[in-house]
Amino acid sequence: MNQESSERTNNQTENGSMIEIIDMHKWFGEFHVLQGINLTVHKGERIVICGPSGSGKSTLIRCINRLEEHQQGKIVVDGIELTNNIKNIEKIRAEVGMVFQHFNLFPHLTIVENLSLGPIWVRKVPRAEAEENAMYYLDKVHIAEQARKFPGQLSGGQQQRVAIARSLCMNPKVMLFDEPTSALDPEMIKEVLDVMIELAKEGMTMIVVSHEMGFAKSVAHRVMFMDFGRIVEENTPEQFFENPQHDRTKLFLSQILH
Amino acid sequence: MEKTYPDAYMESLKPPVTSIGVIGWIRFNLFNGAFNSILTIITLLLLWKTVPPVFKWAFIDSVWFADSSACRGSDGACWSIISANFRFIIFGFFPYESQWRPLLAMTLLFGLLFYSKDRNHWKKSLGYAWIIGLIAMGMFMRGGIFGLAPVESAKWGGLPLTLLLSVFGLTAAYPLGVILALGRQSKLPALKLLCVLYIELIRGVPLISLLFMSSVIFPLLLPEGVTINNILRAQTAIILFTAAYIAEVVRGGLQGMSLGQYEAAESIGLNYYLTMRLIILPQALKIVIPPTVSILISAFKDTSLVVIISLWDLLKTSKSILSNPEWMGFSRELYIFIAILYFLGCFSMSNYSRKLEKELSTEN
Repeated sequence: MNQESSERTNNQTENGSMIEIIDMHKWFGEFHVLQGINLTVHKGERIVICGPSGSGKSTLIRCINRLEEHQQGKIVVDGIELTNNIKNIEKIRAEVGMVFQHFNLFPHLTIVENLSLGPIWVRKVPRAEAEENAMYYLDKVHIAEQARKFPGQLSGGQQQRVAIARSLCMNPKVMLFDEPTSALDPEMIKEVLDVMIELAKEGMTMIVVSHEMGFAKSVAHRVMFMDFGRIVEENTPEQFFENPQHDRTKLFLSQILH
Repeated sequence: MEKTYPDAYMESLKPPVTSIGVIGWIRFNLFNGAFNSILTIITLLLLWKTVPPVFKWAFIDSVWFADSSACRGSDGACWSIISANFRFIIFGFFPYESQWRPLLAMTLLFGLLFYSKDRNHWKKSLGYAWIIGLIAMGMFMRGGIFGLAPVESAKWGGLPLTLLLSVFGLTAAYPLGVILALGRQSKLPALKLLCVLYIELIRGVPLISLLFMSSVIFPLLLPEGVTINNILRAQTAIILFTAAYIAEVVRGGLQGMSLGQYEAAESIGLNYYLTMRLIILPQALKIVIPPTVSILISAFKDTSLVVIISLWDLLKTSKSILSNPEWMGFSRELYIFIAILYFLGCFSMSNYSRKLEKELSTEN
């Protein structure tokens, strides 16, 4: 733990940011969905973003790996700026892991094939090595015994853990989570959050869009609240939950915490 | 431990005799209600009136191996028309003494098709086997090499021609259709427009008109002295036509794919080509197996339309026998025979597709 945290501070002081977003705007047609986002994410930092639906939080993290295209401003990931250069986009996508609300596993492939596909075809890892690696990560998300099954045969929580392992197989430098637990049955949320907490303990850089406030309190360095395409408030979890500054944040928190 | 259930729950009770077995089945399916009972009786009467006479015609009074005069004297089916003309029906004008060559080519083709049925055999070596096999088939048909007498393609006919047109037509049309479907979904406007135009134009005309164009109009456009083989032109028309239909079916499958699959593929860094090849097409093509096979089956049958540009396919060789005064009037028997051949082809296709669907299913 000590070693890990010192490593983190080292990284931070050494070269600052993993992701840098400067005055980024995005429109869906006429709708101004992101209105000037400024965000720096350091290596090893974990950020939880919350906010009402339609506030642009999913769109924000989808811009980071170019699933959505921003129209103004600048996004730099690991020193590479996101432009229309398709080679750069593919490079960044391979470095940035993404976990979706609806898992999006490939239903025609077995679990282990789901995991080894990226390494084999994008990283050109030999098949045997890729599958061995896949088994390592499946073990890590406590699901190795399901390796030969198809996604349709697993529960939602298991599928989401597989999805996390699939991203990890690419050795990402950043992990993005887009509401990873909101499509799950209540009793399955914990098993997914546990895996994410383990990942956090290993020092992964993470940006998580989620309303799991317990998760935010226990692992986040910073919590952000977004509304109407802007980051309204950001703070440490302690300050954020105990002493929210904006009325909008207070209202939101009172509604989700009951 | 105390028993919580009465014993009756533990023993499995047998259903009443009247609801199982043959009697139960008959009662339940054929005589459940007045209306169904009447229908059953009418059907039985019709069957009794039709089946025995047809059976008698086809099998008891029939003439199997004789000349036409024996046929004329009999009340039954004259299957002799087939046995007496078998080699012409199957091979057409291919030189009589060399007909073992198309036979060998067809055997090779069926062997390869049969071996390819098993998905475990789908390896690179099978691809090479097909390439070598196709070259060998071409060699047997054309001749002019290894001391085989050359046979010009105008003499190819019958079953080999039908198989040639359909096997090549379908295998070439399928990938072309997939490419057209992808092109129609493309973000490049020019490419998209081109594919839409192609698909809509080809689908807008009947196959017959395409065949006429390929055999009558197309040669007019060629410079003088250049001729393109008649079979090749018909083949091209069939491929172009079938591909347009396959493209639309595949497009349906592509549209059925959720956006999440594209996003998941992109987010692990797969490029467009890999996303399509590894993620989207395997799923989309699997969804559209049933309509695709419908199209392939109808394309297989449509190859018989090449009669109108005077290619001697299976149907044409048969028809020509009927114009021989000796065998005139026995069209029923001959057409039944041809129908059986076509049915075997179509049925094995649909059978195989069902098997494939089952194998590819990942739902438990």
